[in-house]
Amino acid sequence: MATTHHKLIILGGGPAGLTAGLYAARARMDHLLIEKGAEGGQVLLTDWVDNYPGFPEGISGFDLAEKMLAHAKRFELNSMFANVLSMNISQKPIQLELEDGNSLTCDSLIICTGAHPRPLDIPGEKELTGKGVSYCATCDAPFYRNQHVAVVGGGNTAVQEASHLTKFADKVTLIHRRDELRATKILQEKAFANSKIEFIWDSTVTAINGQDGVEELELLNKNGDTSTLQVDGIFVLVGVLPNNEMLPLTELKADTGGFIPTDIETRTAVDGVMAAGDIRSKEVRQIINAAGEGATAVLAAENYLTNLN
Amino acid sequence: MSDKVKEVSDADFESIIASDTPCLVDFWAPWCGPCKAIGPVVEALADEYDGKATIVKMNVDDNPTTPGQFGIRAIPTLILFKSGEKVDQVTGAVGKAQLIELIEKAL
Repeated sequence: MATTHHKLIILGGGPAGLTAGLYAARARMDHLLIEKGAEGGQVLLTDWVDNYPGFPEGISGFDLAEKMLAHAKRFELNSMFANVLSMNISQKPIQLELEDGNSLTCDSLIICTGAHPRPLDIPGEKELTGKGVSYCATCDAPFYRNQHVAVVGGGNTAVQEASHLTKFADKVTLIHRRDELRATKILQEKAFANSKIEFIWDSTVTAINGQDGVEELELLNKNGDTSTLQVDGIFVLVGVLPNNEMLPLTELKADTGGFIPTDIETRTAVDGVMAAGDIRSKEVRQIINAAGEGATAVLAAENYLTNLN
Repeated sequence: MSDKVKEVSDADFESIIASDTPCLVDFWAPWCGPCKAIGPVVEALADEYDGKATIVKMNVDDNPTTPGQFGIRAIPTLILFKSGEKVDQVTGAVGKAQLIELIEKAL
């Protein structure tokens, strides 16, 4: 099996990875970006992006991802599709093991593996995924024309996608465990003004019932009351979990949630290894700061590589 | 998505899955990001299983009948057929290993 070496490997092709790719390509660094699916990352799950500067009318997540990729490619981004199963970062060169049996080595690594939607981990959820349980409103909203769906969550994603769902569904019930939303104000205003959205506060979903598809949710109120809600679908939008299964978490000193801490220059606990975007241990996960961190990480990698010589 | 994975329609669906060669159908739509994400993996599998399994895709926007018939409410959904019968299915942008596991169920 073959081993190929690059000075810099960028792992992941979301906004952080694509920005890192843009900066590395423009710096004419010997680089490789590895993506396991299509470039774009979780941006592809977003129906509309209204908070990325430079797009005053807003832009669809899909189009933004395409533009970021086209931008990096204009400067000869070097990228490949591959699935990294494991890596050894405790020695140099860093070595990555791929699913196809080949290996890659590099002097410096930028981890931009991102995150994925967090499941509720309740009975019925796994069994009914794809049969009424969804984690992507953009993908699946059109299947719920004139139906009643629930959205679980109170953050930006949940509130924005609840509004998006009303373009298709007759009624959207947003279920949130607190008595107020965490989402940014403009999204809240839009949701409260939408007559198709109803709210159930201080409640969690404890089970999802249905034979061939979602039929009913079991709810538990903070005060101990239980109830049921008849719905045709449920969109689970309650935050994210890190894509870290290929990462040596102990060496990277991952936080309790499995995210990777870095300093302000995106340097991790391991020399020559940077982390950028949603995989970083941080409070705010926005496209704009993922992109910013991608740029910072390449500059940190350049510094590291310069000092090696 | 490239041309490597043939696009099927409501009209020719029945005849394609009727074969005793296992057939994996990728139900997708142009507005679905994760469908795009899984595209390269499906294409790679089409090459690897060339001659052993048929791998096709169906646009759910253009073909309302078949997705309804199989109760599809999320995409991407990939359903494996053999001799006209559904063997199993997966939903979401799953990894290559999980898709291989699915295809192997009918080989």
